[in-house]
Amino acid sequence: MRWIWLDRILTLDPGKSLVALKNISAAEDVIHDAVPAVPHMPHTLIIEGMAQAAGILVGHTGHFREKVILAKITRAQFEPLVPGPGTALRHTATLDRFDPSGAATTGTVDLLDPATGSAQPFARIQLMFSHIDQNRAGLEFPDHNFVFTDQFMGLLERSGIPTPN
Amino acid sequence: MPSEENYEKVQEVLEDALGVDADEVTPEATLVGDLGAESIDFLDIVFRLEKAFEIKIDQSELFPENVLNDPQYVQDGKVTDNGMEELRKRLPHVDLETFDKERDVDSFSNVFTVDAVVKFVESKL
Repeated sequence: MRWIWLDRILTLDPGKSLVALKNISAAEDVIHDAVPAVPHMPHTLIIEGMAQAAGILVGHTGHFREKVILAKITRAQFEPLVPGPGTALRHTATLDRFDPSGAATTGTVDLLDPATGSAQPFARIQLMFSHIDQNRAGLEFPDHNFVFTDQFMGLLERSGIPTPN
Repeated sequence: MPSEENYEKVQEVLEDALGVDADEVTPEATLVGDLGAESIDFLDIVFRLEKAFEIKIDQSELFPENVLNDPQYVQDGKVTDNGMEELRKRLPHVDLETFDKERDVDSFSNVFTVDAVVKFVESKL
């Protein structure tokens, strides 16, 4: 995660779940790229948002000692909704399984409309993460944690989420 | 002889983990060669088997590839006699007869068949 896609972490229940918010703005170029006539957040980047939300949850569970890498999009299902500018996405990631080798998560995404206050179920995304230092091939990676950078930890800080010791 | 119920549960686990169809998951199908499993899929399979059968599995029990990273068990890309002995001890659920003929490390993944997974699960029940 070299860039931060989420705007804010709303809640974190350690080892269990994390809820994060991603606002969708017309000022983001990517909103206009897929279908110029219908600006919207592409599904691929919604999966990225979930990967970051779930990745933080997995990292936090391991006290940010492991390098947590998205290894597999097990399943991603979307409802036929248009996440356009002025709406927001609420990513709720739940930890299914945590292991020295990696973790499995299930996530739901709700489409929030501030005009009506509605929250519509939009996507269900299952992911797998690898703790790459524990890889089965015995490959070695740099010592420093290049996943959870200062920029990334800043998201936790400004969201008021305490980091584990 | 694996029970039909256990076989069907393993079949469902592999369909979900690997995104394959039921008719592809035959007893003799290999996880890597036939069903396209990659490294991370083995962890996914372990997690799903634990949930489906309510058992606890150490990943290295089912797929002990660390044996193949150990120079005392592998020389020049081939598993040594000691290595074969270790694999037999660690993998009682796997048929190693065919692998024993060539002992080529690169083809080791072919020993993991659907049938081997069912046998492993049944040994844990």
